[in-house]
Amino acid sequence: MSGERLVEVTGLRRDYGARCAVRDLDFHVDRGEVLGLLGPNGAGKSTTLQVVSGCLAPSAGRVTLAGHDVNDSPRRAKAALGYLPEQPPLYRGLTVDEYLDFCARLHGLRGARLRAARERAKARCGLIADGRRLIAQLSKGYQQRVGIAQAILHDPPVVILDEPTVGLDPNQIREIRALVDDLGDDHAVILSTHILPEVEAVCDRVLILHRGRAVYSDRVTAAGDGGGGAELECAFSTPPDAAVLAALDGVEAVEPLGEGRFVLRHGGGHGLAEALAAASVEGGWGLMELRPRRRSLEQLFVELTCREELA
Amino acid sequence: MSALVVAGRELRGLFVTPFGWIALAVAQFVAAWLFLVQVEGFVKLQARLAAVPGAPGVTDLVVAPLLAQIGVLLLVVMPLVSMRAISGERQAGTLPLLLAAPLGAGELVLGKFLAAFAFGLLLIGLLGLMPLALLTGTTLDLGKFLAGLLGLTLLLAAVAAVGLLLSALIHQPAAAAAGTFGLLLLLWVADAGAPAGSALAWISLSHHLQPFLRGLVDTADIGYYLIVTVTCLLLSARRLEGGRRG
Repeated sequence: MSGERLVEVTGLRRDYGARCAVRDLDFHVDRGEVLGLLGPNGAGKSTTLQVVSGCLAPSAGRVTLAGHDVNDSPRRAKAALGYLPEQPPLYRGLTVDEYLDFCARLHGLRGARLRAARERAKARCGLIADGRRLIAQLSKGYQQRVGIAQAILHDPPVVILDEPTVGLDPNQIREIRALVDDLGDDHAVILSTHILPEVEAVCDRVLILHRGRAVYSDRVTAAGDGGGGAELECAFSTPPDAAVLAALDGVEAVEPLGEGRFVLRHGGGHGLAEALAAASVEGGWGLMELRPRRRSLEQLFVELTCREELA
Repeated sequence: MSALVVAGRELRGLFVTPFGWIALAVAQFVAAWLFLVQVEGFVKLQARLAAVPGAPGVTDLVVAPLLAQIGVLLLVVMPLVSMRAISGERQAGTLPLLLAAPLGAGELVLGKFLAAFAFGLLLIGLLGLMPLALLTGTTLDLGKFLAGLLGLTLLLAAVAAVGLLLSALIHQPAAAAAGTFGLLLLLWVADAGAPAGSALAWISLSHHLQPFLRGLVDTADIGYYLIVTVTCLLLSARRLEGGRRG
């Protein structure tokens, strides 16, 4: 199932009058992938998603969804798309069922297929018991669920979620993460957010936007141990000399933190932790704590998006 | 067809809020009042009219003025309906749902138009029932009455289309309604003081309604309303398309 290229964006540019919101943007998302779109407020995330979803026309460049150009054959491209905009597009006067039925009809579903699609979307978004409730009376979290239900209703290969977890409580955020994770198995998902742990938790790849440009694009795991090498934090009850630690195979630098704590920089790989534990037993250092410290996405994000401001 | 799906949702939206019901009720009340005033005036005049050979009948003196007044009511009520169509969706944040759906701008505009048109037809239908009550006591010139209803229907189409265009152009619903009402009112009175046959008379909405109320169905008048309707719908669709580039 995976591998099929479902979203392809090339040379995308979007201007608002004289102001350029997004420029020179290239990315793609395959089936079975979740792409996290990151960036500070105003970086162009929502604009990008509006263009990809066909709500805005690109000033230059091309967007194809499931092989169909959004501008040349919008109907086919949009049939392959489920889109949750930044503000969930809900008709507050309708009940959840009425609303989802309307959305399903917009996508050409009728009769038994419509009912099946509606019930499946409700089940996936935890709305089974709420079909007859008015959308206006739902809490923010439930409204967000209805918005997501709308986006996955017709089982589109491409799902775009613009900040799906804004304003939700931690439990609801976990549920939505689980849902996105689930969707990521057989859909192409683009998720925009400025919550970094969210990206680390569910995304396969990350694209960081800053002032309308892509400043970073790679796999999430690569972002984790990017910057060449990783770090190991350890604590001992009877700490050895820093020089002893530095002599261990693979250690590049040792940074003592005091109270028996050290940070060891190493060249990557997983042999060092084992060697360190063995050395501790041998030397009777009393190893109490040992955990890998990866360069977090947050550090990367701050580095990339603050650099220009300082310059 | 997607246009009908859009139209169905729009109509439902008018009636799940109090708006649709209140608009219909108020229009009915106002029209009933005008109708009663009209009938009373006719009853007072009746004795004198009976003496004049070839004097205008109840259709000319009661029904035609009532239909003209229903036309004015349309100018007041329809901008409030059409403002919701696109401007309202934009403000409520629901427009992206329609723009990201596999649905052309033409279908979207047509759906919105059909909903406004259907609401207006309901209004005309309910108000148009009142003159039929006269059938219990007198006879009506039904040909004239039906010609008048046809004229109102064509006027309704034009009014709904103008409202839709302004709804697409103006982002704030209240401003769209005010703009529509102002423009329609201007078009309604454009022929005031203008000689028949002048350009001002030709663009006037009311000028083309008068022949229908006299029982005269002229293709030129039908053509006028259809041209206004179709032009506004095409421009609305273009505007929606253009709005993506904006």
